[in-house]
Amino acid sequence: MSQSSIWNPALVRPALKDAIKKLHPRLMMKNPVMFVVEIGSLLTTIAFFSDFFIDGGREVLIKNSLFNGQITIWLWFTVLFANFAEAMAEGRGKAQAENLRKARTETQAKRQISPGKVERVPSSQLIKGDIVMVEAGELIPADGTVIEGVASVDESAITGESAPVIREAGGDRSAVTGGTTVLSDQIYVQISTNPGESFLDRMIALVEGAVRQKTPNEIALNILLAGLTIVFLLATVTLKPFALYAQTSVSVVILVSLLVCLIPTTIGGLLSAIGIAGMDRLVQRNVLALSGRAVEAAGDVDVLLLDKTGTITMGNRMATAFIPEEGLTEKEVASIALTASAVDLTPEGRSVVTLAKSLGAKSEVPTDCEAVPFSAESRMSGVDGKGLQIRKGAMDAIQKWMKTVANETMSPQLEAAVKKIASTGGTPLVVAKNGKAVGVIHLKDIVKPGIRDRFERIRAMGIKTIMITGDNRLTAGAIAQEAGVDDFLAEAKPEDKLKLIQSYQTDGRMVAMSGDGTNDAPALAQSDVGLVMNTGTQAAREAGNMIDLDSDPTKLIEIVEIGKQLLITRGSLTTFSIANDVSKYFAIIPAIFSATLPALGALNIMGLKSPQSAILSAVIFNALIIIFLIPLALSGVEYRPQSASRILRKNILVYGLGGITVPFIGIKLIDVLISILGLA
Amino acid sequence: MSLRDLLQLFLLVVILFLSTKPLGLYLEKVYDGDKTFLSFVLRPVEKFIYRLLKIDPCEDQYWAKYAIDLLIFSAVSLVFTYAVLRLQPFLPLNPAHQGVVTPHLSFNTAMSFVTNTDWQSYGGESTLSYFSQMVGLTFQNFVSASMGMGVAVALIRSLAKKEGQGIGNFWADLIRGTLYVLLPLCVVIAIILISQGVIQNFLPYQEITTLEGAKQTIAQGPVASQSAIQMLGTNGGGFFSSNSAHPYENPTPLSNFIQMLSIFLIPSALVYLLGKKVGNLKHGWAVWSAMLIVFLAGALICSHFEYQGNPIYQKLGCVSSSNLEGKEARFGIFNSALFATVTTDASCGAVNSMHDSYTPFGGLVPLVNIMLGEVIFGGVGSGLYGMLMYVILTVFIAGLMVGRTPEYLGKKIEGREVKYVMFSLIVMALSILGFTAWGSLDAAGVAGVGNPGGHGFSEILYAFTSATGNNGSALAGLSTNTPFWNLTLAFAMFFGRFFMMIPMLALAGSMVKKRVHPGGEGTFPVDGPLFVGLLLGVIILVGALTFFPALSLGPIAEHFDMLQGHSYK
Repeated sequence: MSQSSIWNPALVRPALKDAIKKLHPRLMMKNPVMFVVEIGSLLTTIAFFSDFFIDGGREVLIKNSLFNGQITIWLWFTVLFANFAEAMAEGRGKAQAENLRKARTETQAKRQISPGKVERVPSSQLIKGDIVMVEAGELIPADGTVIEGVASVDESAITGESAPVIREAGGDRSAVTGGTTVLSDQIYVQISTNPGESFLDRMIALVEGAVRQKTPNEIALNILLAGLTIVFLLATVTLKPFALYAQTSVSVVILVSLLVCLIPTTIGGLLSAIGIAGMDRLVQRNVLALSGRAVEAAGDVDVLLLDKTGTITMGNRMATAFIPEEGLTEKEVASIALTASAVDLTPEGRSVVTLAKSLGAKSEVPTDCEAVPFSAESRMSGVDGKGLQIRKGAMDAIQKWMKTVANETMSPQLEAAVKKIASTGGTPLVVAKNGKAVGVIHLKDIVKPGIRDRFERIRAMGIKTIMITGDNRLTAGAIAQEAGVDDFLAEAKPEDKLKLIQSYQTDGRMVAMSGDGTNDAPALAQSDVGLVMNTGTQAAREAGNMIDLDSDPTKLIEIVEIGKQLLITRGSLTTFSIANDVSKYFAIIPAIFSATLPALGALNIMGLKSPQSAILSAVIFNALIIIFLIPLALSGVEYRPQSASRILRKNILVYGLGGITVPFIGIKLIDVLISILGLA
Repeated sequence: MSLRDLLQLFLLVVILFLSTKPLGLYLEKVYDGDKTFLSFVLRPVEKFIYRLLKIDPCEDQYWAKYAIDLLIFSAVSLVFTYAVLRLQPFLPLNPAHQGVVTPHLSFNTAMSFVTNTDWQSYGGESTLSYFSQMVGLTFQNFVSASMGMGVAVALIRSLAKKEGQGIGNFWADLIRGTLYVLLPLCVVIAIILISQGVIQNFLPYQEITTLEGAKQTIAQGPVASQSAIQMLGTNGGGFFSSNSAHPYENPTPLSNFIQMLSIFLIPSALVYLLGKKVGNLKHGWAVWSAMLIVFLAGALICSHFEYQGNPIYQKLGCVSSSNLEGKEARFGIFNSALFATVTTDASCGAVNSMHDSYTPFGGLVPLVNIMLGEVIFGGVGSGLYGMLMYVILTVFIAGLMVGRTPEYLGKKIEGREVKYVMFSLIVMALSILGFTAWGSLDAAGVAGVGNPGGHGFSEILYAFTSATGNNGSALAGLSTNTPFWNLTLAFAMFFGRFFMMIPMLALAGSMVKKRVHPGGEGTFPVDGPLFVGLLLGVIILVGALTFFPALSLGPIAEHFDMLQGHSYK
């Protein structure tokens, strides 16, 4: 994400307004750290005005007021900057919600009263259990399940994907979403939600952040920050009596400045923005997390259960080689196979055609031939023409055919080739012409390009990948090895998936999976992160805690990365914030006691100009750093999958050591600047 | 620093290192209730006590039950010791005819020994009878130490268990720790100390005519037995007012060495026990290394500044500026500075030199050691659970940076755990800073201060830090035997002990229930140099920086004043 998109004026302007609105104490109280800053700002404001108006006029006091006034302004800025960060994060969600709202327009629904009879009612009056009829060109009035009919539906309002999808009664493609449009045919939909609870409503609330609840880790971090704030409050409040003992008077303005500089305002100000931005990153990838907990859980995932088909492999088997019978060339076999598949429209058939053509084979389809389609009985397909019979199919089926047609048997070499293909997890298809076997087609599951590298990266994160497939062990094992997954579950039934998840969880591991079918629902509900395809059934959608609008199961990997990035950003900025304190002590402590304990001037290692400029610089740095870190909070700390200790080492270096050194430089620079400008 | 100094430091570390594993393994057997080589003598005694007190040692207590039993036992102990002190003249073994102890001093002293602090607002030889010392105080030295060990062991158990409920049995832990660990070790150490000339008798005080012909009373008593537990249980309460600087308590460099070693002995072994029990020895040694690093740094810094001394002296024409004030000639600068570091790294508080006379930065080391929570090996038990607090903070803050929600030894650190840790941190800061603020404003507090300027402030700060940290050492310039000081210090000791122990038990109660994640490539590493570095960073950033403003008005101001040639009047 580029900087420019973050500072988009359309987002910045409303965020500025919101930042001021958020100053309301009721809202501020939700963030204890910034609430303390707000109270501090109020105190300095009062101090400023009482100095200026009540005792005003004398020269010393005017000089004091200039200092107090500037501190006050910067303290208010600190609060505003934090509010602004949160407003910016929320703003991006709001823009998205606006688009979604457009899809939620009121429509007239045709509610079925009795079979064949419908009445027109506004969609907002539909309740759970109602049955509506939707025809081509109409909006589906609410979420539901298709109970009768089949239709193509345009779901672009929600997914942004323009290609229509098929929705039909029964099976795993029966769920429809309110606000999408039926393009053809007519369906009966049983409504599954009450008004205001629809998927679209939930989605709008989610992206707007209206129902955003703090996640468990965020709550824990807030406790830590509040605790540190109390500790530093004690450290500053007691400084007053300590100073009295040392016969020094410390003003409220200075104490508040010290307090604000010490409490973790950087992370306190950015914490909620980080959380919102994390959810937002998911939304941008068309994933909806139905709970914030799920995003955190994604970072913790130890085991990824991935369905073979569609996730690891392309979805269909493809021809990868022709093995000719002795005496024939590869090209000759390819030509015969091409002829056999000329009218085969299955993806496997197409892949044979593609491969054969790439080898330069030419089809020799006679003019008056007829296709022999695949049937469950014969388990072969091919063509019949004048004096020409070509078949392709499983070995035993072809052998049977050869026997009946020409009383031929297969050569031992060819039989060996078939066995070899099967033993490596492929599917052998024997091609025969006029009762004689001519060769074997090697059909194979094609592993998606680049998936091996991805699994490599996932392994580096310490996550185990497990492939789930209905294939037999042999086939599964071969693909597992090729794709580079850690383990596989072959001949898997839905209950096996559930059992596998439970057994990992008993060992204390967190499991993520994706699914879409109703029979996936129990496993989805059991998993810690259950990603449901938007094309999935209603039952599946209710069981999972994330929905992928693009229905792309590989997204699970990205989701894990986003979860991790969110947590890393939080941790890095916390570390940075706490590490910042070192420099601030060195700026403020010598300044406070410059008059009565000049010896403490030795602590002024930054060589700051005057006590006032030192304190002011620290306060300004403290405020500005929030603004500087907004882009980082919103886009997240850069994350590359690697082992925990490597990530840690890098982040400690950048945010830990950086957190100690950066403010020394920053405060010094600001000090130079404000003394040049004569501000203190 | 001479080569001899460093050699001695090296020897101390090596012997400590060598003792850690065997003693740790012995502790494991003791606390698991397994058979040890002493069982044939002690098991019948143990069983007899269980029968007598109707205790079922196998009852696995829920944390709250453990905590309640601990509090009840402490309350009874407090009343008992208070009564012994108040009734002193009517009790036996009082050859010096010591009178009734004042109520506020009795309260302070009872609290002091119940909380393992051993702050002494009195001089032992001038205030207490042998009976008071042995029954009222030495008894507490044993049980308060054993109680601390028990809490640490309970916390270790909670980390080691998977989805459990109980954290152990308070009474079994208390009795086993006392019988199998403290008593036998004390016998051995007391005998070694006696061999060096530490006295152990019930004689009346001796009247001596000095060479000048003056009369001098020399106090006597059962010193060796108390001295052994004083160190071993990190109590620190000396038999005599001048503590381990007294030639009857600590006569030779060897006895000095033994005393330093015995302060660290059990705390160090407990760290090994942690690693052993949770099945991650490397983690145990990582924590141990972090402790060692802070210990070495403290010892070297402290002795460096003591050797360097006060530059003002040199300007006045002194040959050496090295600071020998308040130190015993038989120990010299290094052995004094080393002892001061050891006694404050642990929550011992025994002293062989006067911390009040240290140079500002030399004295800063003991003060900061206590402020950190005495987690550098630390008090018996309290050092380990204090350190685990920092470990949990480290894991929580830095753990996020690996991209997982924080977990310690496979157990998730959530809001609840952070709450307990922060509560303890806040109470520590509140007690030290709050009481110091009170003491430096209230006339009754300021009246006790013995020195002007930054040093006077250091005395107040040190007193409340020492009391809250349950250390017991003091800057002796402060006179504290007044109602104000006795009462405020007693409450500081109470907060520092129980508002630390109870949250730690609650922490154990919540950790014990958790599922254990097996860990791997993706989890936060709790061993290795990176972890040690992070832990040190958190200890310094969170533990020490809180007190920076206060320190800057005390020792830091004093140091720079000294360098600039200022002196307080």
